Amino acid sequence: MNFPILSSLILLPAIGSIFLFFSKSNDNKNFIVKYIALFTSIVNFLISIYLLIAFDSSIPSFQFVEDKIWIEGFINYKVGIDGISILFIVLTTFISLLCIIYLNNSVKTRLREFLIAILIMESFMIGVFCSLDLLIFYLFFEAGLIPMFLIIGIWGGPKRVYSAFKFFLYTLLGSVLMLVAIISIYWISGTTDIIRLYEEGIDPKYQNLLWLAFFSSFAVKTPMWPVHTWLPDAHVEAPTVGSVLLAAILLKMAGYGFIRFSLGLFPIASETFTPLIYILSLAAIIFTSLIALMQEDIKKLIAYSSVAHMGYVTIGIFTLNQQGLEGSILQMISHGLVSAALFLCVGVIYERMHSRLISSYGGIVSIIPKYSVFFMIFTLAAIGLPGTLGFVSEFLILMGSFIDSFLVAFIASIGVILGAAYMLWLYKRVVFGDLTNTDLAKMNDLNSTEYFILISLAIPILVFGFYPDPLINIIEASVKNLIESHNLNLISKY
Amino acid sequence: MNNLNLILPEILISLAIMFLLMLGVFKKNSTELVFNITLIVLFVTAVIIFNEALTINKITLFNQSIIIDYLSSYMKIVALISAFLVLIISSSYLKTVKIFKIEYPILFLCSVLGMMIMMSSNDLIVFYMALELQSLALYVLATFDRDQKKSSEAGLKYFVLSALSSGLLLYGCSLIYGFSGSTNFNIIANQLNSNSYALTFGIVFILVGLAFKISAVPFHMWAPDVYEGSPTSVTLIFTMVPKIAALTVFIRFLYIPFFNLIDQWQIIIIFLSIASMLFGAIAAIGQTNIKRLIAYSSIGHMGYVLAGLATGSNEGIQSSILYLSIYIIMNLGFFSVLLMLKRNNQYFEDIKDLSGLSQHHPLLSLSLLLILFSLAGIPPLAGFFAKFYVFKSVIEQSMYFLAIIGLVTTVIAAFFYLRIIKIIYFDKEIEKYDTDHIIWLKFSLLFSTILILFYFIYPSQLVEVVAKINII
Repeated sequence: MNFPILSSLILLPAIGSIFLFFSKSNDNKNFIVKYIALFTSIVNFLISIYLLIAFDSSIPSFQFVEDKIWIEGFINYKVGIDGISILFIVLTTFISLLCIIYLNNSVKTRLREFLIAILIMESFMIGVFCSLDLLIFYLFFEAGLIPMFLIIGIWGGPKRVYSAFKFFLYTLLGSVLMLVAIISIYWISGTTDIIRLYEEGIDPKYQNLLWLAFFSSFAVKTPMWPVHTWLPDAHVEAPTVGSVLLAAILLKMAGYGFIRFSLGLFPIASETFTPLIYILSLAAIIFTSLIALMQEDIKKLIAYSSVAHMGYVTIGIFTLNQQGLEGSILQMISHGLVSAALFLCVGVIYERMHSRLISSYGGIVSIIPKYSVFFMIFTLAAIGLPGTLGFVSEFLILMGSFIDSFLVAFIASIGVILGAAYMLWLYKRVVFGDLTNTDLAKMNDLNSTEYFILISLAIPILVFGFYPDPLINIIEASVKNLIESHNLNLISKY
Repeated sequence: MNNLNLILPEILISLAIMFLLMLGVFKKNSTELVFNITLIVLFVTAVIIFNEALTINKITLFNQSIIIDYLSSYMKIVALISAFLVLIISSSYLKTVKIFKIEYPILFLCSVLGMMIMMSSNDLIVFYMALELQSLALYVLATFDRDQKKSSEAGLKYFVLSALSSGLLLYGCSLIYGFSGSTNFNIIANQLNSNSYALTFGIVFILVGLAFKISAVPFHMWAPDVYEGSPTSVTLIFTMVPKIAALTVFIRFLYIPFFNLIDQWQIIIIFLSIASMLFGAIAAIGQTNIKRLIAYSSIGHMGYVLAGLATGSNEGIQSSILYLSIYIIMNLGFFSVLLMLKRNNQYFEDIKDLSGLSQHHPLLSLSLLLILFSLAGIPPLAGFFAKFYVFKSVIEQSMYFLAIIGLVTTVIAAFFYLRIIKIIYFDKEIEKYDTDHIIWLKFSLLFSTILILFYFIYPSQLVEVVAKINII
């Protein structure tokens, strides 16, 4: 591979945003701006699809690797993908494309800046998923804070400033310890190159501390209980597109980080701290599900459900077996699609009624039937009903955790029931019932853009729900490789 | 005669000062001319030093009282270039507040001369003389807007407190001289092997004096008041040029005469560093005046510079110098914005005046946004790399405690930078500001923004330059 396809994938949105910044458009319609953004994201999506096709899923090692000297004798700019990261890259380009389509048709104020922020964000997110050097990863991981801070702060709701600050400072505080750990790894092992670190391993006596430092960053970002409190605030105040990006992709960075770094680099420490992860994840699943039951704000409810779903992801990752890990990756993809869709659904009715309270809706099924159908599909997908991708992933995770511990699987299964409870109850209160609020009668059903976006989210959820094999094929070799090298490390070190 | 060739830059500046004084006195309305000649002199001197640096590795002159090495050459070039930029972007400000007088560039040149000698000093007496030369000129500059109460107050405060610190410094010097029998740095270095209380006292006094000059906590009290009271162009000078000189001297003191006593001073530097980082970050949160805020932020940044110095390794020194260089670039950009905020011939200093700036001035706000995120140390901007190098060298010495505290304070510090960003981007807009700025102001803002934004593409350039500085 001579052509630097991954770098162009990272750079293209950034270049597009530079064009956006300098493009002149004085009319109210902002045609040029819209088309530049749309064009950039479509091209990027097509490149990522090409990547998916060209990707050879039978090889477990990294592909499309680019390796250039960046800081002389210290750090190389190294990117590459394996079966795990390719899915996240496609997810990122896909969701970003939908976000831009949605934005072009809904946001009126400072559209250009919003599109620039989204495109920059896309660059950073792709960078996170394909970097093969700890410091490069850190750069992209942290840099994503800047556009997200602005998205929440500029286009958010009434308490946006508080939420934006909370989001920024929480994540930054979590991450600085990771920076210390990365520098320490450099001095301990003499490199920050992930492939070399995989091969050489890290001295076991440092692993626990380093693991905890990485954990502090990923736990905040995931978010795990009890450091999840920034998420509901951020979601509620963020604009629809901000919530979508946050839930669909930003949270996945941490899950990806757990797989790539915590498992890959510190096998012994991961084994040691598995109970901690289990306890925190179970607490997250049970507590946040209970909290979600009592929410009055639709967005907040979905935000808490995100925390619970990410709890499954972390359990699945640390079961350290094939089923659990594959389940977690699928759960992240599924949650990426479903939560994006749910937040868009909320955005659709919020735009019409300017209320996110559950109590101000009810009985809208007869007024906007198309919308209700889509909302139903995504609600069921969030619950994990058979036939949706959510079912496949939750099933695999529970199966994986049964191998490891019955109790964990048992408690996690209770969470599934709670999940069904709060989602169905939400659906019942919003869509069914009597039409008490007469303003609701004036609502329009989905317009063509919203229709298109929701349908393109529903298709993969259903298709892969019935037939998840293509997804599993892509990740299988890499996951197997990860687990084998993990077990090998454990045996050799003990 | 050979010696004189090597100090040509200093001689050139001295001659220029005398010539400009004559010119200013005898020729009417010559401010513009004096100003321009000063700029040329600064630029030419930087070029001469650059040429020297290519050929000279390390040389001592005048009975070893002056040293010219890579450290001094690099720092002198940085100081001269920043002096050049500082002066050139403040011309419109000086004209607007009506302090565009011949004394301003001449005094500044005096101060630069003092700094240059200071950076080359290898002897206690030369060092002290140079220090006083640069300080005295700065006292006068601080009071330059003499019709303003605040400016006079700032100058007086600076003078009194600075005199106190000079006294301490001098006392430290005398103790060191008493115990080593020489004022020369190299001889002192050989003599200071023994461990006596008086020597430790001497070191402490000298460190206190130097800490005062770079405004490290707990010797920072003058900074916020002086920064606030002085004319903005002088504040700009304070945040950049003297810091370069003071850091150079700091490095030289710690790593030449005192290096054998590293156990004695390391803990002091660590304390100064942690205190500055913490205090700078926390105290800046409540500020409403931008200049005061910058004062506290610069205190915090000096804490990071000191963290690099505390390591006792070449990498540490290099990272400190790198940090300061990047800090200067960011500061230049920030002050360029400050000097642009003008409406009806009036400048604005309250943070609230930035409210909603992004609505009318998108490009200006974007630059400021990048500068502020960079100051907060968020990747991939240059400020992150500055911090990264410092903590890399700190962790190399296994000083994890210092590294963790330092990084946690970056989060606290991020808060007040974010607050400014919030005011610029999230708040309601107010009236538009003037946009007819002189070209140099735009140039320096663009220059610093581009450097900050694109530093990550090729970060090894600056590292390679700095890596030639080997003191130990």
